[in-house]
Amino acid sequence: MSFDINIKITDRLGVTHQIEAPTDMALNLMEVMRMYELAPEGTIGICGGMAMCASCQCYIESTHELSEQSDDEEAMLSEAFHVKPNSRLGCQIQITPKLEGLEVRLAPEE
Amino acid sequence: MITTDILIIGAGPTGLFTVFEAGLLKLKCHLIDALPQPGGQCSEIYPKKPIYDIPAYPEILAGDLTKKLLEQSKQFKPGFTLGERAETIEKQVDGSFIVTTNKGSKHHAPVVAIAGGLGSFEPRKPALDQLSDFEDKGIAYMIKDPEVYRNKRVVIAGGGDSALDWSIFLSDVASEVTLIHRRTEFRGALDSVEKVQELKNKGKINLITPAEVTALFGNDHLEAIEVTQTGQVAQRIETDAFIPLFGLSPKLGPIANWGLEIEKNAIKVNNALDYQTNIPGIFAIGDVNTYPGKLKLILCGFHEATLMCQAAYKIINPGKRFVLKYTTVSGIDGFDGTRKEAPKSVVKSID
Repeated sequence: MSFDINIKITDRLGVTHQIEAPTDMALNLMEVMRMYELAPEGTIGICGGMAMCASCQCYIESTHELSEQSDDEEAMLSEAFHVKPNSRLGCQIQITPKLEGLEVRLAPEE
Repeated sequence: MITTDILIIGAGPTGLFTVFEAGLLKLKCHLIDALPQPGGQCSEIYPKKPIYDIPAYPEILAGDLTKKLLEQSKQFKPGFTLGERAETIEKQVDGSFIVTTNKGSKHHAPVVAIAGGLGSFEPRKPALDQLSDFEDKGIAYMIKDPEVYRNKRVVIAGGGDSALDWSIFLSDVASEVTLIHRRTEFRGALDSVEKVQELKNKGKINLITPAEVTALFGNDHLEAIEVTQTGQVAQRIETDAFIPLFGLSPKLGPIANWGLEIEKNAIKVNNALDYQTNIPGIFAIGDVNTYPGKLKLILCGFHEATLMCQAAYKIINPGKRFVLKYTTVSGIDGFDGTRKEAPKSVVKSID
C-alpha cells in the first residue's frame, strides 16, 4: 500500500509550504516542487533531472538520512554557485516513506 | 542582410525539423542560435544521453538525433547564424521582420518562428570583481576560434568535459595552459581525464586543484589572475586569457522584450490553429511556447513545426491554393537540385 508523506519546502521567496508528496509515483524532490509550482516553470528542473544543472539545488534543513550523492551530483554541486555543506540536487532525491517530515529550502536562482 | 522565407530562432530539434517541413512547401529557412553548433540542448547538455520517446526510434542518443535531423533537412540548404543571439526585432511596413543579433548580423524574413527552447544558453559566470570589464579583453566563456590563443598564456577554470577538452586542445596551441578546478575529481569522459593527467605529467598542462580563481588584474586588458588553493596562500599567475567553463544556463533573454505575451517563462500561442503569437507573423514552437495542455516534448515540437509551416505558407503565398502531398507519393525535390523518390515498381509480364 502506498501513502503520501509530509514535506516542508521553503521557496525562493522565503515562503514555507507544507505539502503532501505521493511515494508511489517514482517522483523526486524536484518533480514534487514543480508539481506544486513552488518555483516558476523554466527556473527549476531545467535539465529535466539529469544532475546536469543546479536549478533544483536545495538545502536540507532536517536530519533525515538521504541517499548517497552520485558522482554526477557531486560534480555538479562542485561547480554550482551558492553551495553549502547541506546542499543537494532535488532531482536526485527520490520521494520514499523514509522522508516523512523532510524540511528543505530551495537555493537561490543562479 | 540575410534574407529568407522563415527565420527560425533556435537550432534545436524543433527548429531543425522546421527546415524540412518548410522545404516540402518550397520555403527556405535560416536559423539563428546562440550556441556555436546546431542541436540546442541535445548537443549542448546531453549529447550522449539516450531518448526513448522519438517515434520509430526505440532508443536514440540526443547527439545522433541532431545528426539525423541535419541530414534530413540538408537538401533544403538551411542557412545558419551560430554563436549569435537574436537581440531585436523590427516590424517593417510590409509586415516582414528584421531580426538583429548581438553581433549586429541582420536577417530579413516575412515569417519568424521562435523555436528557442528554454531560451538562449548563457555561460554561467563566476562571481569575480571586474569580470565584465575584461570580457572580450582576455576573458571568454566560449571558444569559437582556438587560433586566437596561439602562443598565448591561457588559464581555464572548470571541471567538466569542455574544460578538459579545451585544455587538451590548447596545450598544443597556447604557449602555456593552466587548468584550475574546485575539486581534484573531474567530471568528463575517462579518456579526457587520462589525457589531462598525461599532459600534466609531461608538464604541458599546469594543473591547480582544489583551487578557485579569486581575483582578476589588469588595466585595459586582463594581465593576471589570483588563484587560491584550498588551505594555501593565494598566488598570482600572469596570463593573456582566462576562460571560465562552468557550463551554460538558459535564459529567455531579449525575446522577452519583443512584445510577446509571456506566461510561465514561455510564449503564449494559439494552439487551436497554428502556434502564432499575439504578433501576426511571429510563431513560437517547441519548448518555448505555452498553451493549455502543453507538453515540453521533442515530438510535440515536431507537430507544432509542421502546422506552423502551413500558416507560414499562407502568409508568404497569399491566396494560393494548397493541397497536402505525401513524400512517398511525390518524392522530395531539394533546393540543391537533388531529387528523392520512391522507386517505380517494375511492370513486366510473366510468361
